[in-house]
Amino acid sequence: MKKDLHINIKDITRVEGHGNIVVDIKKGEIKELRFDIIESPRFFEVMLRGRRYDEAHHIMARICGICSVSHTAASLKAIESAMGIKISAQSRLIRRLAFAAENIQSHILHLFFLVLPDLFGVGSIEPLLEKHPLVVNTGLNLKRIANEVSTVIGGRPVHAISLVPGGVVHVPTVRELKDLKAQLQGSFDELEYALSFLKMTTVPRLEKTREFIALKAKGEYAIYDGIPTSSKKYSIKPASFTKKIKEYVMPHSTAKHARSPKGTFMVGALARLNNNMRQLKPRAKAAAKKAGLKPPFNNPFLNNMAQLIECFHLTEEAIEIIDKLLKMGPKLEPVRRPTGHGRGIGIVEAPRGTLYHDYTINKDGIIEEVDCIIPTAMNLSSIDEDLRTLVPSILDQPKEQIGKTIETLVRAYDPCISCSTHIMDVRFV
Amino acid sequence: MQEKKRPRVAFFSFTSCEGCQLIVLSCEEELPDIFRQVNIVNFREAMTKKSEEYDIAFIEGSVSTPREAREVKHIRKKAKVVVALGACASTGGLNCLRNRFPTDEVKRRVYGAQALSNPTFNISKVRPTDAIIHVDYYIHGCPISKREFLSVLSDLIMGKKPVIANHPVCVECKMAGNICVFEKGMTCLGPVTRAGCDAICVTYGCICWGCRGPVDDPNIAAHEETLKRYGLSAVEVAKSLDLYGMCKPGK
Repeated sequence: MKKDLHINIKDITRVEGHGNIVVDIKKGEIKELRFDIIESPRFFEVMLRGRRYDEAHHIMARICGICSVSHTAASLKAIESAMGIKISAQSRLIRRLAFAAENIQSHILHLFFLVLPDLFGVGSIEPLLEKHPLVVNTGLNLKRIANEVSTVIGGRPVHAISLVPGGVVHVPTVRELKDLKAQLQGSFDELEYALSFLKMTTVPRLEKTREFIALKAKGEYAIYDGIPTSSKKYSIKPASFTKKIKEYVMPHSTAKHARSPKGTFMVGALARLNNNMRQLKPRAKAAAKKAGLKPPFNNPFLNNMAQLIECFHLTEEAIEIIDKLLKMGPKLEPVRRPTGHGRGIGIVEAPRGTLYHDYTINKDGIIEEVDCIIPTAMNLSSIDEDLRTLVPSILDQPKEQIGKTIETLVRAYDPCISCSTHIMDVRFV
Repeated sequence: MQEKKRPRVAFFSFTSCEGCQLIVLSCEEELPDIFRQVNIVNFREAMTKKSEEYDIAFIEGSVSTPREAREVKHIRKKAKVVVALGACASTGGLNCLRNRFPTDEVKRRVYGAQALSNPTFNISKVRPTDAIIHVDYYIHGCPISKREFLSVLSDLIMGKKPVIANHPVCVECKMAGNICVFEKGMTCLGPVTRAGCDAICVTYGCICWGCRGPVDDPNIAAHEETLKRYGLSAVEVAKSLDLYGMCKPGK
């Protein structure tokens, strides 16, 4: 359709961080169509240089408020890998519990605060408090439970306190764990309600085959440990991650874009589900079946449902971890000390995708080199390409409707823009 | 009876991790009540509507670009009350670690030489909000304390002046029944850091990192004496103070 269209969405709302969407179409031909990151860069790599190894996790947590524990976890894994520290089984469980809780919280925040208003055609969750209290209260309660787990384990829901290099410096009590378990078990009803609700909503169609990259692990749905693996049947050795995933500077963006050996790719819940669905825990598997989800997924809008399915899985995982901790009897252990120094890599699945931290630490425990690859940055090319596929197919709609639809596409990716602009090392391709 | 007009509240975020906003959104039980008591007219992360008319502005994040400085000045013109939300806005926070390096070098290192002339990468030194505009109240911390935020918000709704603590974290540590971190052979910034956080970090097994900034008149001499007594290095502590204290607050 030979149409002119100019859309300039400044500071898109209901996403984490600051971004603009620019659409410029002349006579049906795309002149400009991109998602610009305008978030002020903060240069965490620069901040970290010259600081001590036991400060890194504290500093890097502040890359982001929503995925703070993801950065903490990746950071701690990198530090411990660099300094030859092997943490105890209890420490691992406690960290994984904090990690699961934050992932749940992030997904619920995204689904209920950021996406839900679009499903009702309103601007925020506020008007829904009165009109649809059941849905809103479901979201608030699920989020509250996840935050309570984070608070019991880490001290607070943002920027956990007790996770440190070598272990943890605070353990929950038996009573606290039992209470959390009861709450988590009770939350399945609310997750089921959310599922039946989300299932009824219309998902815009955007069919485009894509590459998915996510961690893969033997014997479990990889969230905390694993090897980065592509849906195109290759895996990436952690030490070669930055050789295979290359970043490049875009002139209109303070966040860099990335490509794999095969080109543009997607990370996040949909990627994880696509690659590892068979490894989901039972309730999550049943939920996925109920939702009618079957890989391969070609529609990025399904990322929202994928996140909800993961909430089932993460809740099951959290309960299992609590059971293990209760069996062990949590008790405060001394933190393990470094046995060496050098380069270390820590990779986890943050809510939005694969997160990579890479540090080089010298013999005095001072950080010399830092490199981080952020999931949202890895998704930026995919977002641009999806916009280019989507917009021509909806050109016949009124301008305001097109604007709303492209916003929902960007929101479906759940971009974490503060993360993506923290800073990365320059690597010209 | 005439219905009392709800104050119009706006949230803004600049150079930050948006963690303090997240603490606001983590008031799950209080949110319905908050929405009833105030009219939130601007909160980019959580709502679509944007308004230029507001009474109370919460500003999260440091100012690190000329554009942000302009926006912050604009907010001061529009708002009756400006509250700095969190360490980045109140004292500059961790962001200020970047100030150690010349700005041009930072830009070139991260984005390459082309960044020096590209307006997208136009950055300045990192500064707290009150280096640009007058701030009425501060909610310190990285992140803010949920309890403190609700307390300040309640005060503002009631037309009361929020009072922030001006005693060191040590006081709250004692109230929480914590063993002093120095007794465990660690260094702590508690003696010179502003309380209001319930000494949460020490309660959870860590040290005080000083994220809330110094009290108005920090007892440096006593802190130094304590360090000497425990055989700890003042140089190390000075470096720790740099973490959250690199920006000198104030005009």
